[in-house]
Amino acid sequence: MTARTEQPSGAGAAVANGVPALDARLRVYQMMVEMRDFEKRAYDLFLQGLVKGTSHLGLGQEAVAAGFGAAMRPEDYTFATYRGHNHTLARGVPMARIMAELMGRELGLMAGKGGSMHLTSVEHRMMGSYAIVGAHLTIANGAAWSSKLRGTGEVTVCFFGDGTTNIGAFHEALNLAAVWHLPVVFVCENNRWMEYTPIRSVTAVDHPAADRAPAYGLSASVVDGNDADVVYSVATSAIERARSGGGPSLVEAETYRHGGHSRADPGKYRPDDEVAAWLARDPIPALRHRLLDAGVPEARLVAIEQASLAAVDEATAQAQASPAPPRSLVERDVFADGGASWRR
Amino acid sequence: MAEMTYRDAVARAIAQEMRLDPSVVFLGEDVGAAGGVFKATVGLLDSFGPTRVVDTPISEQAILGAAMGAAMTGLRPIAEIMFSDFFAVCWDIVANEIAKTRYMTNGQVRLPLVIRSGNGGGVRFGAQHSQSVENWAMAVPGLKVVAPSTPKDVVGLLAASIRDTDPVLFFEQKSLYSTKGEVPDGEIVDELGRASMLRDGTAATIVALAGMVPRAMAAADQLASEGIDVTVIDLRSLVPLDVTTVATSVAQTGHLVTVEENPRLCGWGAELASIIAEENLFDLDGPIVRVTTPHVPLPAADALEDAAMPDVTKIVDGVRRSLR
Repeated sequence: MTARTEQPSGAGAAVANGVPALDARLRVYQMMVEMRDFEKRAYDLFLQGLVKGTSHLGLGQEAVAAGFGAAMRPEDYTFATYRGHNHTLARGVPMARIMAELMGRELGLMAGKGGSMHLTSVEHRMMGSYAIVGAHLTIANGAAWSSKLRGTGEVTVCFFGDGTTNIGAFHEALNLAAVWHLPVVFVCENNRWMEYTPIRSVTAVDHPAADRAPAYGLSASVVDGNDADVVYSVATSAIERARSGGGPSLVEAETYRHGGHSRADPGKYRPDDEVAAWLARDPIPALRHRLLDAGVPEARLVAIEQASLAAVDEATAQAQASPAPPRSLVERDVFADGGASWRR
Repeated sequence: MAEMTYRDAVARAIAQEMRLDPSVVFLGEDVGAAGGVFKATVGLLDSFGPTRVVDTPISEQAILGAAMGAAMTGLRPIAEIMFSDFFAVCWDIVANEIAKTRYMTNGQVRLPLVIRSGNGGGVRFGAQHSQSVENWAMAVPGLKVVAPSTPKDVVGLLAASIRDTDPVLFFEQKSLYSTKGEVPDGEIVDELGRASMLRDGTAATIVALAGMVPRAMAAADQLASEGIDVTVIDLRSLVPLDVTTVATSVAQTGHLVTVEENPRLCGWGAELASIIAEENLFDLDGPIVRVTTPHVPLPAADALEDAAMPDVTKIVDGVRRSLR
């Protein structure tokens, strides 16, 4: 196969000998813990009927969102999918605003008009979570094109799932990104299962994203998406490459979702031994062990963990205290004049 | 004041806006070096260079996605979809992404972009390069929909569309590209959502759009020769829809006839008819008549295509049915 596994190296002071600097590792650890606690709470709230509709959890996949999030600069753009809670948290969006959006409250990031699948915070350069598979890769190109024309040095990072690799927009977007030499990094979170069907059973190549990318002229790598150090390192180099004019690249991060596709799916179609093997490779305890081995006092990690739970409690309380959005919002912001009027 | 073709008016409007605003960029298939398949964008690449006038691969989703992402982040893109029938291959980007994102994000995202497209029949291209799809666009909340009938309106309405903060689908009628009209010199900017009354008569109100406007005017001439003076309104945009101009006219004439190139079901005339029936019923002295293409794909042969589309005879007949 044409894909290669890239050894992270030479990404500057942030990564030395394949190991990120300690402050970056602690930041990634904190992000992952917060993501995990946040989504577990969101699931509990769903079971209590307080989160309605649907939601798609990234439990088990936190290292990808956190590793890239920590490697991005504040001015960089994120485009994510409907499984985008973690990518939104990774940009520093307040937990309470996300929780309130999931609960359909006025405090919500979009005052309840978007919901779990469309988390967006332009002020944090979280440019949206998109729920039509593949579309946002083309939109991410537009942001990257704009950055290039405006000469800003911003980089766009676009996350998507393995199932996206068989839809047309994926292929159109990769080609355009390469031919326009755009400052964009495409990140495939290959969790092996589309919804209920394994990607392998509907795709002839082993690495559905990384094996296709070279055909369009994109540099591609396959990495262990459950190894936060590896993700952070590859993210740092791919983002730096894009920022310095080296063009687009694609990272296929191999990972696994601990739960089902969406909130109503127990994920029972997956073999027990496969699930068990991936649970044993949970990215959060893995990084925790390494940090302890590196000499980080356990008390420091415990403090991160306690602060995370407290933050989730506080976010939940704030979201629950927020009222439902006013009915007047129904006909707000269809058009730029703030309203919905189509006639005169 | 100079006479200019409808196609040249397109390039003039784009050039006017690109000169005034460095954030305006233009992308599409064959739009740069080739000057567009309809030769409506000739000269733009030479004037503004390949950074701002960009030839794309045949990738309609990638084109419109790029326009959307650029509009979200500070540019004012103009994207071309060569034939409006091709909207079917990128309708997700139009209807799910561009149209919904401002609303879903509670107003966080602005999408100042224009999608131009060659629309409609009368050019013998067959069913996949001939449909009038303005009614598809009108059915999607969040889009503005513009369709000019004259070179002057092309310049003014395209300029207004480019300056608008909302996404605009700008339909250029293919059958009108070679038509000519007077266009004033200097900067021209029109206003979206204002219909034009082209002819003022008391017997009936004919409302037409884009390629149907000259046909409605010819029908009005014929009716006038029989002593029936009708009003002709060029709607110019479907969203915003200028109900006020139409309703005011119907209050004076008592009769409404719409002339639509789109296939029958759910054409814009149906919406207009429902509004007038709901809000102005007692102004009407006869049935509202819709003259449309029948509910068929357009055939290729000239004899068949002409038979399918509204023409002067059908419009005159429609007015008579309303007056009967």
